[in-house]
Formats: sequence, structure tokens, C-alpha cells
Amino acid sequence: MFQFNYLKAKSLADAAALAKANPDAKLMSGGMTLLPTLKQGLAQPSHLIDIGGLSELSGIEVKGNTLVIGAATRHYDVASSAVVRKAIPALAYLANQIGDPQVRNRGTLGGSVANNDPAADYPSAVLALNATIVTNQREIAADDFFQGMFATALEEGEIVVRIVFPLPKRAAYEKFPHPASGYAMAGVFIADTAAGVRVAVTGAGPGVFRWSDAEAALARGLKAGALDALHVDATDLNEDFHATREYRANLVQVMGKRALHKLLA
Amino acid sequence: MTKIELTVNGTRHAREVEDRTLLVDLLRDHLGLTGTHVGCDTSQCGCCTVHLDGRAVKSCTMLAAQADGASIVTIEGMAKGDKLHPVQQAFTDCHALQCGFCTPGMIMATAALLKDNPNPTDEEIYHGLEGNLCRCTGYINIVKAVKQAAQTMK
Repeated sequence: MFQFNYLKAKSLADAAALAKANPDAKLMSGGMTLLPTLKQGLAQPSHLIDIGGLSELSGIEVKGNTLVIGAATRHYDVASSAVVRKAIPALAYLANQIGDPQVRNRGTLGGSVANNDPAADYPSAVLALNATIVTNQREIAADDFFQGMFATALEEGEIVVRIVFPLPKRAAYEKFPHPASGYAMAGVFIADTAAGVRVAVTGAGPGVFRWSDAEAALARGLKAGALDALHVDATDLNEDFHATREYRANLVQVMGKRALHKLLA
Repeated sequence: MTKIELTVNGTRHAREVEDRTLLVDLLRDHLGLTGTHVGCDTSQCGCCTVHLDGRAVKSCTMLAAQADGASIVTIEGMAKGDKLHPVQQAFTDCHALQCGFCTPGMIMATAALLKDNPNPTDEEIYHGLEGNLCRCTGYINIVKAVKQAAQTMK
């Protein structure tokens, strides 16, 4: 690994000040993506600013008709939280499917969302549930937050503090994991919300996206078989040595059907 | 350089390390605890699994500096004198190792799994050991060992 300076932020304000003073620094929460990236020499930050332990970024609570989760909450804590399991069981299920147990013990919600890996699980839940990303500067709607492969609305040094999930009537997530990494080859999150049905797809395209045809079909009738007649256009999907874009298009439909089956169960 | 203090297998250590030092390098190179293995170095294989404040982590994917103030248990901390930990005993009894390279990580991951879930089904064992690879593919006996350990630890 290249040399860097490790800085442990004492508070959210301290982290923001450290990021401002060191423009080539990187913020680190669990480090489950960043550290492997550094070990492969794919990034060379001057400093790592550790925000993983900040109390301002922790906590899980239901507030009114929302579930609020601190950005530094680890996947294990989301997966095992009685509060999450009761409020949005699909979110606890999703958290328990990320990576492997060791990764879930370190990786965090905020880190996953800020990194916006096109095959990460959490972005699909944040987008489908119409969540709000609260940073140290502002609130950003999920529809505006995710901007394609590893791209988000976050400015340099802006820090995700918590995510506010409106409670859905019901929700379900199904993914086809890559057998080695556990990342989604295709994952579909369906949320039946007060504002209608929202469907988000991860793993298949260059970034998480809403599957508008599925949303329209489910708006016409939230019932078994509603997604059967849909054709998923493969044109803009990812293609690599793991799968062709046509294969991924088929996976999207299969995962969509499985998620719908689970939602209606 | 960063000054850190941590407890490893019950012993307090204070060290000054390079900021980029990985936890596994601290354990192996600075403290001489070479039972924790480095298999892949890319967070896939789980050979480097240790317990950090009671939870399984991959020590190749963590900085030593992040473990400041933490309590670590490695494979060397599992046996009590001459008495093997029940998970170690089960791996021995069930011949749950061939070359043995993945074994320290498998044992640490198994101990963590059984803490969360003392009576896992086969499916739950597969899911719980997903972060550990055995390149000899000796998984059948590993799963047997996890079940035996679960029985003896009841």
C-alpha cells in the first residue's frame, strides 16, 4: 500500500474540517471497499479520515412514520436490529445478504451509499423506499442522489450522516449474488409505499435505477404475474465476463418476479 | 506513525506503527502471532479472521490504527492451556482440515457463528462461513465439525 496519514475524526465537525484542510484525503467508515482499493494501488489519498466510530453517525430509531439509521451503522447491526426487522423487514434481510459475515461486521450503510457501487445492495433499498440522505450540509432525495457508476450528488468532503426511510406498507428484495463476491449480478427491491409502488434495480446497469415498466405494471395491479409479460431492454445493461447484458436482463425479470412473490406472500 | 494500544489474547500491547500497517501485519510481524494466516490478501478467503471486540473480522482488511483500544482474540487465544477450544477439538475429531491453511480462519469464523446462532442448520452454516474459503474443498467435514462443536458447547 502507498503511504498515507491516518486521522481519527473526533466529531462530525472535526471530520469536515479535516476533509476541508486536506483536499486529497478520503473519508473512511468501515473501509470494506476503500482498504481493498488502496491495497491494489487503485487510489492514493494523502490522508484517511476515519469516521467509523462517530456517535453522531450511529443509531437506529423509528421516528413518526420513518426509520432513521445512522450512516456508520454496520450491516450486521441493521440485519440483527429488532427495530429494523419490525419496521422494514426487507431492509434487515438485504443487510444480511451483503458480502459475508466478516464484511457485515465492519461495512456501513453510509459507506455503501456514498460509494454507490453499481452492484451494491443498499442503493436499491434507498431508491425504492424513496429515502432521504441527510448529510452534514443538506438533505438529498434518493432520486437525486444516485448518479451512475460510483457517482453521487455528494460534494467533496460532504459527509452522509443518516438515512431516513419512510415506512412502506410492505417491501421485498431479491438478488442473484455473484457466487464469489456476493455482489448483486441483479437485485430488485420492490416497495409498496404511500406514494405508489417503486421498483429499483441494482447490479444490472451502470448504476442503480428505477424500473419504470415494472412500476407501471404494478400500479395497474399489485398481483401475482404482474411482471410476467414485461420485456427488459438489455441495451444499457452491463456486460462483462460474468454475464452478457441479455443474461442480466433476464436476471432482472426473474429477481423482479421473486421479489413480487415474496412481497405478496 | 500512529501510537496504538490494544489487548490481544488478554495481553495489553502498546506499539507505534506506520499508519498503513494492516492489523494482520501487526499480529504476525510485530507480535509474532503467526497462527493468523494471509491467504488471498483481497478480502476473499477469510484465513486472516480474528475476533475484534467479540466479532469476526478479516484482519487483512483493517488497519492496525483502527483497532486502537480494541480487544482482539486470535487462534492462539482459543485453547485454555492444553485444552483445545471445543471448535478446535471438533475440527480435529472430524478431520475438518486437509492442508490446514484455512483452518485458523475457519475456527475463528465458526466460533463467531456459534455465538450468534448456537444451533445452526446446514443452510445457516453455509451462510455463516461464506467469508471463508477452503481450497482443498473440505467443506463436508468442516460443516460436520461446526455441528459437533455446536453440540459440545450446549
